[in-house]
Amino acid sequence: MKQTLITLVEDKPGVLNRVASLFRRRNFNIESLSVGKSETPGVSRMTIVANEPDSHKRGNLYFNLLKLVNVIAVKDVSSLPCISRETILVKMATGPDQLNDLNEVVKKFGARIVDMGSESTIIEAMDEESAINNMVDALQPFQITEIMRTGKITMRKGKTHNVFSNNINSEPDDLSWTPDHITAYQN
Amino acid sequence: MNQTQKNITGAEIIWESLVQEGVDVVFGYPGGAILPAYDALNKYRDKIHHVLVRHEQGATHMADGYARSSGKVGVAIGTSGPGATNMITGMATAILDSSPMVCITGQVPSNVIGSDAFQEVDITGASIPVTKHSYLVTDIKDLASTIREAFFVARTGRPGPVLVDVPKDIQNESTEFIYPTEPINLPGYHPPTETNESHLQEFADMVNEANKPVILAGHGVLLSRACKEVMDLAEKASIPIATTLLGIGGVPDSHPLVLGMMGMHGESWVNHAIQDADLLIACGMRFDDRVTGTLKTYSPNSKKIHIEIDASEINKNVLVDLAVHADLGTVLRQVNPRIESSKKADWLQTIARWHNESQSRDIINLKSEQLMGAQIIREIWEGTGGKALIVSDVGQHQMLEAQYYQHDEPRTLLTSGGLGTMGFSLPAAIGASFHEKDREIWVIAGDGSIQMMLMELATAMQENVNINIAIINNGYLGMVRQWQQLFYDARYAETPISSPDFVKLAGAYNIPAYRVKTLENIIPTMKKAQATKGPSLIEFIVEEHGMVYPMVPAGVGLHEMIQRPRSENGQSKNQEETVE
Ligand SMILES: Cc1ncc(C[n+]2csc(CCOP(=O)(O)OP(=O)(O)O)c2C)c(N)n1
Ligand SMILES: [Mg+2]
Repeated sequence: MKQTLITLVEDKPGVLNRVASLFRRRNFNIESLSVGKSETPGVSRMTIVANEPDSHKRGNLYFNLLKLVNVIAVKDVSSLPCISRETILVKMATGPDQLNDLNEVVKKFGARIVDMGSESTIIEAMDEESAINNMVDALQPFQITEIMRTGKITMRKGKTHNVFSNNINSEPDDLSWTPDHITAYQN
Repeated sequence: MNQTQKNITGAEIIWESLVQEGVDVVFGYPGGAILPAYDALNKYRDKIHHVLVRHEQGATHMADGYARSSGKVGVAIGTSGPGATNMITGMATAILDSSPMVCITGQVPSNVIGSDAFQEVDITGASIPVTKHSYLVTDIKDLASTIREAFFVARTGRPGPVLVDVPKDIQNESTEFIYPTEPINLPGYHPPTETNESHLQEFADMVNEANKPVILAGHGVLLSRACKEVMDLAEKASIPIATTLLGIGGVPDSHPLVLGMMGMHGESWVNHAIQDADLLIACGMRFDDRVTGTLKTYSPNSKKIHIEIDASEINKNVLVDLAVHADLGTVLRQVNPRIESSKKADWLQTIARWHNESQSRDIINLKSEQLMGAQIIREIWEGTGGKALIVSDVGQHQMLEAQYYQHDEPRTLLTSGGLGTMGFSLPAAIGASFHEKDREIWVIAGDGSIQMMLMELATAMQENVNINIAIINNGYLGMVRQWQQLFYDARYAETPISSPDFVKLAGAYNIPAYRVKTLENIIPTMKKAQATKGPSLIEFIVEEHGMVYPMVPAGVGLHEMIQRPRSENGQSKNQEETVE
């Protein structure tokens, strides 16, 4: 199973560099990483997807991320109920003559045609990764020429897990964003 | 102390901040981008002693050596570009050995950053993998708080090097200065502060149930200042202690429960004890491959407790049964009262038997026409009453030092363990001498290693530091030659190494120097060196093909070591033998 980590970092220059450097240095493979502003000023939020089957290596990755001084919190949500989405733009060498066939696929996957010229069409879609993959497969006949995917963004279901009030340690029954003890590391 | 100063320059803020952090000695080398700071230094001469080094790598090792011997943060300063890149080896050395250090570098002016300006290197980026954290100061208003934060990060939690890069224009600008006192706000930095009650009890239960426990004492024992607590635990439950290379000195070598160094060149009884144990209590160590041998057969029947302040070290190499993520001393103070006293006579006798079996093989009991490294270390131990601060370099002599010099006091051995940085010893000893003003200091270096940082002899002379430099000259990069002998059919590719006439060389620096070729001459010559105020040097000519045994070859189990040869004169005969 892939490992999905929600990571809150200080919004400072070079932080992305530090995270990326960590992955490379420790020989962990990043599948995708998306980053943007969070609800809290000064805090960026990342969704990192790593592909590491060994559970102890996963733990090691988790604690190495947390060790970075600019990383405020990390939560491994790999096996928790979450909403995960990915956005994709696909350009195809397809014009209006194939509109009907294309529309069928677009409808089926809840995508949208956002640009159409005489020789090219761009569609956008946002969905779970597997649905996006299926859509890409279904679009193969239309001569795909470019693909841009954002990588996965993830949010846990249920109540808000606010970690940046004044203390990064949330309530005990809430998520523990900092490791109180290692043996508790799961996933 | 904390009044506001109006209109002081960034350069002055650097020194003011260092003074506020209690720094009284720094090691550095000037250059264009750090010129303003050096200009301002003149105003702080009464508070801070600046040691002009001969190579910025030397400055970092000096700061590191100062930090390791004092427990305080060491400071190294350099210019941008080549000055900064010269410091990278020193930062890497410090991070692998958890040594608290702050490196301050000048940077090209802010407006040309990114333009490949003269002597521009992105040292903040380049140093990411070799620092605990790094900063590029972009606003003079942040300068003081950044330096303060750097010291805080360097010395707390698992210590390590922190870099602060200060562009030249920021050194030149002026602002109002007040050293911040509010709590440091680092939302992402949280070394553990509490221990978990259930873990403490489980810890105690595991110890109380064990019949064949071994304590593995690492550098963390020293860093956490937990020497007494570890001994308390050991004595109460009669637990033998094995140390890592950097753990040496954390527990007294002469104590009957202290077995000695474990791992690749650990004595056989130490490694056997670990392999045979039913409980390992790992204290502030990280199961480096040099101490475990192959993990497949590492201590197969033991439960393992790991007390470690850095969470990312736990379950990294060796999976443990109980992980205690906390400060070692704090944990032991809470656990020790729950430990039942016990004698464990059987276990200790078993280890003693292993011990006696292998002692007959000891090098210093062998006869040889030529001097041997081990004998020199033994004599230095005698001649210093076992009380010196030893700074060893990297190679065979380093391992022999660890085997044959008994350290009974904390922080009396400084050596580059994790990175194995040749050249470390001379500058680190110079740095340490600024803390250990009254203790006798000995550098123990190989003929290869000393030549890596020879230029720092000039610094030793300039500062007239009271250090004795012992060069163990075997004419080889001995440790690499040993591997070639054992694993590459004795094809000695580029390991024979020539040296200058060290006695003459020292003469050029006005450093008194001696050459010793016989056992009888060691102590008398040492006495001369010891009587010298300021640096002195002794070159020992030793057997060329000496080996360090026991040795656990890379990739095999700790119990599969090559023992010392048994025959009387057979030190160089190299009879390999595997002992189960
Ligand atoms: C900077 C650096 N380069 C290379 C090595 C690899 N190396 C490890 S030990 C050693 C030989 C050391 O020779 P010497 O200082 O003469 O010590 P000896 O083993 O002969 O006692 C070498 C080259 C190293 N550890 N550090
Ligand atoms: Mg040598």
